[in-house]
Amino acid sequence: MINFIELMGFGPKGWGALLLQAALMTVTVSCAAFALGSALGCLIAWARISGNRVLQVASDAYTTVLRGIPDLLVIYLLYFGGSTALTAIAQKFGATGFIGVNAFGAGAIAIGIISAAYQSEVFRGAYGAIAAGELEAARAVGMPRWLMFRRIIAPQALRYALPGLGNVWQIAVKESALISVVGLTEILRQAQVGAGSTRQPFAFYITAILLYLTISTASGWCFQRAETITTRGVRRG
Amino acid sequence: MTPAESNQPAVRLRNLGKRFGNLEVLKDISFDAHEGDVISIIGASGSGKSTLLRCINMLEVPDKGEVSVAGESFRLRVGSDGKCHTADRAQVERLRQQLGMVFQNFNLWTHMTIIENVIEAPVHLQGRARQDALREAEALLEKVGIADKRDSYPAHLSGGQQQRAAIARALAMRPRVLLFDEPTSALDPEMVGEVLRVMRDLAQEGRTMLVVTHEMAFAREVSNRVVFMNQGLIEEQGPPAELFGSPKSERLRQFLARVN
Amino acid sequence: MDFVFLFDTLRQLIAGVPLLLKLASISIAAGAVLALLLALMRLSGSRALSLIAQAYVFVFRGTPLLVQIFLIYYGLGQFPEVRQSIAWPLLREPYWCALLAFTLNTAAYSSEIIRGGILSVPFGQIEAARACGMPRFLMFRRIIAPQGLRVVLPAYGNELILMTRSTALASVITLMEVTGIASTIISETFRAVEVFICAGAIYLVINFAISRAIAIIERRFSKQVRPLAVPAHI
Repeated sequence: MINFIELMGFGPKGWGALLLQAALMTVTVSCAAFALGSALGCLIAWARISGNRVLQVASDAYTTVLRGIPDLLVIYLLYFGGSTALTAIAQKFGATGFIGVNAFGAGAIAIGIISAAYQSEVFRGAYGAIAAGELEAARAVGMPRWLMFRRIIAPQALRYALPGLGNVWQIAVKESALISVVGLTEILRQAQVGAGSTRQPFAFYITAILLYLTISTASGWCFQRAETITTRGVRRG
Repeated sequence: MTPAESNQPAVRLRNLGKRFGNLEVLKDISFDAHEGDVISIIGASGSGKSTLLRCINMLEVPDKGEVSVAGESFRLRVGSDGKCHTADRAQVERLRQQLGMVFQNFNLWTHMTIIENVIEAPVHLQGRARQDALREAEALLEKVGIADKRDSYPAHLSGGQQQRAAIARALAMRPRVLLFDEPTSALDPEMVGEVLRVMRDLAQEGRTMLVVTHEMAFAREVSNRVVFMNQGLIEEQGPPAELFGSPKSERLRQFLARVN
Repeated sequence: MDFVFLFDTLRQLIAGVPLLLKLASISIAAGAVLALLLALMRLSGSRALSLIAQAYVFVFRGTPLLVQIFLIYYGLGQFPEVRQSIAWPLLREPYWCALLAFTLNTAAYSSEIIRGGILSVPFGQIEAARACGMPRFLMFRRIIAPQGLRVVLPAYGNELILMTRSTALASVITLMEVTGIASTIISETFRAVEVFICAGAIYLVINFAISRAIAIIERRFSKQVRPLAVPAHI
């Protein structure tokens, strides 16, 4: 037990500092992925809601495909595919050897693309929850679509979307662990390095579990708080 | 029925009390129901009528007092949370089979057909042979007038039909006593009559029935005793002619004036 | 479009499908048993049991599956007690470690699904069963389970699809299911896009088959609540 504290602490032999840095990386890459997922998810949801048949089919296909294939495959595609492309381009300029794309970038984009599929469903549901009457009133007043989105839809959709988004965020954090396989030094990778170095895998993976639980719990609180704030003034039931 | 049993009232309540949180719903209830009695329990909402009925088959466990069915008392104990619980689950299950209950919202099992609903207890609880149970069930459905619905699902029946099916289901257990918890309150007016007709027939057969109801005509014409409850106590009880004809208590007079 | 390469890749990848299906189906089945236990613990009157079940669900849903896999595969082997136990021949193998991790993980998610199914049965019907004197086990078997199943099925179908997706993580501990073979081909040929298309297609076909199967089963179960073509009483 004392061994454990020494191992994870901040002393000379301690891995505490490195693990915390890795935790920060986890949160950062998850934020990047989530942000990308939000922007893309919005567009996809908009395509689904629009009357345009082609757009609807395309967005449906997008969500079906990305929620059905393993996230690991998408990461491999972006990392190795991207690296291959980058290497080929560099070779045209005379460079030799393999050039890997940035693991953070590839990972964030991969998770972001997948997250967009989930977020688009959340946004679609949130849009559907806004009373049709309010939108009709906006249209009757002659509000242009962009203004309607900004003043009526977006603020309310956010309120309805929060619970779903909280869930999607948790998913993004968990998926960030997969980026370890392409070398990004987030929590799992750091734990792997520590485990390999000290031959104490159990201690490191348990610590990883605790770090993820902490992030998960803290995130949960934040989203709860946000939900409370945004549902002020709404009558339940 | 042993000689000792035949002298016992079908249902006996002594000093029943029940509270929900700070609200004392039943204060001190005592009465007997004998074989063949048809007792209507009337009173304003909140007077404790339904709670009283539900204490008889222990769907609610009274905080004080005693409930006996054919001379056998439900064994109770005080739990670690300070509340009363039944002490003997096997006894509760056994005694409940003698108390057939009909609910306000029918509560038929929606994943089974009507006939399956009716034979469920006889076959799976009382161990009767499926063929015998089916025959008896068909006779019961015939009796309540929905024999043609035997293979339908509850969702496909009207409210009145569902309630009649629920009555057949209660009868299938061959209970000693039938408990009715506001059987017609959830029905559209045009279906109330068909259910009351079935209940009237049962009463005329000599069944022991305890009925919580708002249907004053039924209380007056079919029951042999009426119990008027007010704020957790039995305010007045007696034969319907007396209670409806010359009510003694002021509150009963007011109640009757309001419902008429 | 190099169809020869695509076809060849597809052929290689399909060899991994049996392992994928085995991992997914066994862990879902075993996970369902554990999930039922957890749901019953949550719904039992006991505060202690409920808290244990809640803690289990919290940990397994709040942490990445890959970490859980590593903990079991790499972490357990650290202890001499484990290495000398009778379970070691199994726990040493990536296949059994993956199965264990998948089972424990899906049990956490599925227990919430099952709990929802049990709670969806209208309370009145449970009261009617109690009023008959039905013992709890019989009530669960005859009244709660058949109806709860109707609610549970669509959510479970979704869980099954998520599980087939998750089996890809087994490739990280050297198991050669579809994603494992795919990553090998990618690292050998560097043709990530084409391999991705083939592997993705395989997963999508499997998911489609699962969705169809679930839809058919659902339709069988729902005939009691579908409205009649003609109303019952005119």
